[in-house]
Amino acid sequence: MTTMTLNAGPAVAAGDQAKNPAAEQNAVKTNAEIVKTVGQPFSDQAKLRMRNVNVFYGETQAIHDVSLDIGRNEVVAMIGPSGCGKSTFLRCLNRMNDTIEGCRVEGELTLDGEAIYGPKVDVVPLRARVGMVFQKPNPFPKSIYDNVAYGPKIHGIASRRAELDEIVENSLRRAGLWNEVKDRLDKPGTGLSGGQQQRLCIARAIAVSPEVILMDEPCSALDPIATARIEELIDELRENYTIAIVTHSMQQAARVSQRTAYFHLGKLVEVNDTETVFTNPEHELTEAYITGRFG
Amino acid sequence: MQTPTLFALLLLLILVAYGTGFSRAIAAARSRGGIRSLASLPSYYGVHTALWCGLPALILLGTWLAFDDAIIRALVMGGIADKPASISGQNLLYAQIQNLAAGNQLGEITPQLQAAAAHLTSLRQNGQYMQTALILILSAGLGAFALLRITPELRAREKVEKVLRAVLLTCACAAIFTTVGILMSVLLESIRFFHAVPVTEFLFGLHWSPQMAMRADQVGSSGAFGAVPLFTGTLMVSAIAMFVAVPVGLMSAIYLAEYAGKKVRAVAKPMIEILAGVPTVVYGFFAALTVAPFIRDLAQSVGLEASSESALAAGLVMGVMIIPFVSSLSDDVINAVPQSLRDGALGLGSTKSETVRKVVIPAALPGIVGGVLLAVSRAIGETMIVVMAAGLAANLTANPLESVTTVTVQIVTLLVGDQEFDSPKTLAAFALGLMLFISTLILNFIALHVVKKYREQYD
Repeated sequence: MTTMTLNAGPAVAAGDQAKNPAAEQNAVKTNAEIVKTVGQPFSDQAKLRMRNVNVFYGETQAIHDVSLDIGRNEVVAMIGPSGCGKSTFLRCLNRMNDTIEGCRVEGELTLDGEAIYGPKVDVVPLRARVGMVFQKPNPFPKSIYDNVAYGPKIHGIASRRAELDEIVENSLRRAGLWNEVKDRLDKPGTGLSGGQQQRLCIARAIAVSPEVILMDEPCSALDPIATARIEELIDELRENYTIAIVTHSMQQAARVSQRTAYFHLGKLVEVNDTETVFTNPEHELTEAYITGRFG
Repeated sequence: MQTPTLFALLLLLILVAYGTGFSRAIAAARSRGGIRSLASLPSYYGVHTALWCGLPALILLGTWLAFDDAIIRALVMGGIADKPASISGQNLLYAQIQNLAAGNQLGEITPQLQAAAAHLTSLRQNGQYMQTALILILSAGLGAFALLRITPELRAREKVEKVLRAVLLTCACAAIFTTVGILMSVLLESIRFFHAVPVTEFLFGLHWSPQMAMRADQVGSSGAFGAVPLFTGTLMVSAIAMFVAVPVGLMSAIYLAEYAGKKVRAVAKPMIEILAGVPTVVYGFFAALTVAPFIRDLAQSVGLEASSESALAAGLVMGVMIIPFVSSLSDDVINAVPQSLRDGALGLGSTKSETVRKVVIPAALPGIVGGVLLAVSRAIGETMIVVMAAGLAANLTANPLESVTTVTVQIVTLLVGDQEFDSPKTLAAFALGLMLFISTLILNFIALHVVKKYREQYD
């Protein structure tokens, strides 16, 4: 289903990229002509390294030759119009695309230098290292406690009940949910409000102590107050985790991320410091999108 | 005119009414500037006219058919001077008159009978004429009335929808009344049975031998109506069946829903569902001729005593019969578990089997329990396999190798052949039926309740 090509194609180094004059890139008008990503897609402290990634759903190509680094303790936001492939790209990072029939990923993807796609890679420990929070809050139909304890239990992280209790409490505290639910840990997680459910899902993800957290539009189903809480939380989580977040809200990208990647029709158009992207975008497509000319 | 001919003519009239109504509505609209000026679409005017033309006439026809025999009989019998006093005597007399009117000369024919038969024939003749005339006049008259009322302002759609709603309500009521009717008939006969045999004896008696002496000099037929052996037999056969059907059905559902590829699923699912299409009588002789002897031989080879008709054989085959039931229902509920829950579990690093065991199955459990309970009521009510494979002996035993009998089998044996409907032997069938009805009703109620209570746990 998946193939991993080591050093497939000419790997673009950060230095080469810098030599390319920005003016030449900006001359690109149509999507078909976007060949190279402008800005700084690479990082010295790469936690996740993606090179020349192509993703196919059957015959359709969803991602075209994307190269990107996500640095340690960095929040990278991925923005772009609907259907541009940002969620697909995100789901490659913990191989969630494996569950979709007919999905094929090509290119070099590594986590701390280890291949993500490889014949010998076991997805179970990989997904424990790269956690995921989904668009719609999806707590299991279990108690709040069991929702958080689920991951530690299946991975055998806690051997004693007391340890498990501690992990659950810590995770819920980190997710900013402890004070709201500490008296009703045995109540079903599905009974919480939308924002609480999403924080529960974040607590559930951090309970297995992942290194990377992928967030696929985590606030799209939430009201502004719940969104603000989650954004605060993302900022706090950055200390310990590497975070990649897909979002439709440009304000959110501006608020929570250090770097922003703009995707367009399956291609990575521009990656830059968040401030640069939103104040002085290099590529005209990026500018058109953030100023709301389409999207 | 004969009733079928009249009926066909009425249908024709209704069709004509629809067509005329339709075209009249269009004609009425033309002067006002097209169909948009009508209050409803032209077809509603057609249906409106057709309903006026057909519905009252059909109701009248139905009522007529329901009552004309009784009225004619009352008229004929009223014209006879010296009637027998008893009801059966009157029935006999009327049957004689009917025979005579139909041209069958049986027994002694008195002039009085001749006159009555002639009276009957003429009444029928006149009735027929009257029926034809009344119905056609009613139909055509109301049809014409509706046609004349067609104006662009007439809100035909609302009226048609009102009638349709009434029709839907009638259909819903028909199902309910049938259930109530069945319950009443079973209940009334059961009460008669409980006059002859005390309820406590029936419910707690340990001996079942429903042979009643029909004549005073008959021996060896004392009649014992302790239904406990039947209940335990039913319980045992059903339990064996569920023991087979639940694990196999559930696991095949899990395989089909979670593991099987598209191609395997496309082949395997219909194959499993073929099992549901096999008539139970075929399962029955499979159980009786193949499985039961096999079990007997197997038991004997390990030194166990086994009857050639055993609860085990019937239970096993019944279990196989129920597999598609469990598997298909479980497959549906497992598929209904949102993909987001699976993604959530997989995203935390669960293996496929952990996801299925710890997230998908618990989420689908209410539906699965509901499906299993429905399967249990199916097992309890199943008859044919048990008749053929489990035997008829009402043994009170916990040994599945012995032959047992179930409630349904006893109902069948009690009612097969010539029976007198005032003996407790026959009435016992109704009491058993009542018990069966109550237990499956309770099971269905629990199943529905379980499904409803936990349905909103996810989403």
